[in-house]
Amino acid sequence: MNANSICKRDKDKDASIDRTFIVDLKDGFKKGMPIMLGYIPVSFTFGLMAVQGGIPVWIALVISMTNLTSAGQFAGVNLIISGGSLFELCVSMFVINIRYMLMSLSLSQKIMPLSLVKRAAIAFGITDEIFAVASLEKRQITFPYMMGLIGGPYWGWALGTLLGGLTTSILPPILQESMGIALYAMFIALIIPAAKYSKAAFMVILIAVGISSLFTYTPILKEVSTGWVVILSAVVASALGALLFPRKDEET
Amino acid sequence: MALITYGIRFLPLGLFTKKITSPFIKSFLYYIPYAVLGAMTFPSILYSTGNVYFSLGGTLVAIFLAYFEKSLLTVAISAVMTILVLGILF
Repeated sequence: MNANSICKRDKDKDASIDRTFIVDLKDGFKKGMPIMLGYIPVSFTFGLMAVQGGIPVWIALVISMTNLTSAGQFAGVNLIISGGSLFELCVSMFVINIRYMLMSLSLSQKIMPLSLVKRAAIAFGITDEIFAVASLEKRQITFPYMMGLIGGPYWGWALGTLLGGLTTSILPPILQESMGIALYAMFIALIIPAAKYSKAAFMVILIAVGISSLFTYTPILKEVSTGWVVILSAVVASALGALLFPRKDEET
Repeated sequence: MALITYGIRFLPLGLFTKKITSPFIKSFLYYIPYAVLGAMTFPSILYSTGNVYFSLGGTLVAIFLAYFEKSLLTVAISAVMTILVLGILF
């Protein structure tokens, strides 16, 4: 009799842990759906561009499934297509993606203590958008939440790439040209709302844009590669932002 | 390519488990994604399609829609359609 009641209590405890797991998983997935939908045109463009440049469809798919980064993949594949050296590729990838190091650092504050393996899994899915959504979450982030959040976008990204790669031959040239703006439009969709609500964010963005433009149009400076320009602009702009517009301590 | 992308993402998450308290660093980290996205978008967006003026048009449409907080998909598709339409008109 006693053994039975103890067993039942353990089962209830397991059941409630499972329920929280599922609840968080669903929550994360729901929040990830807009990202998933947003990724489809971008990854479609990536697939399109990669295959147009001569990369086999299945390789473009593998690239998307192992990288999960829009800017990085576009830049990387561009380099591959134009025949850049392996070294250039490594440095560019590093430089373009270094912002993820900062995002990862930022997110590490919000994640409840987890095993190394789980943290490793979460780390794989840190993209701009996923990071943004996770950062805005008011409470501590759990592993199932992140898995749900990352899951949708991941498959959306893969699917889009596949569709884009397969579609290349079918699309008329004009349409292919116009798709070029899709990625940047997505970036705009991400930063403008923040700029709208936060004067500080707006200023930071403005400064970053200013520095980036300065580098693009000034005679000697324009030789600096994009990756470095982005890092420089971002670091200077963010540092100025942190100095001039320090954020009040919220539960972010 | 994948190794570097992943390695960069993993490093801080894998190593940092304590909370950061400096307000400066916290603010800095908060602004980084916006600054990075901003720097990556401009002025590159102007050269993303064959025609600078078309791209400018697409950019303005994107900013306009983004201001009203339309979804990522809506903004992206609208920008692409703008370029298409401009291409047909001019």
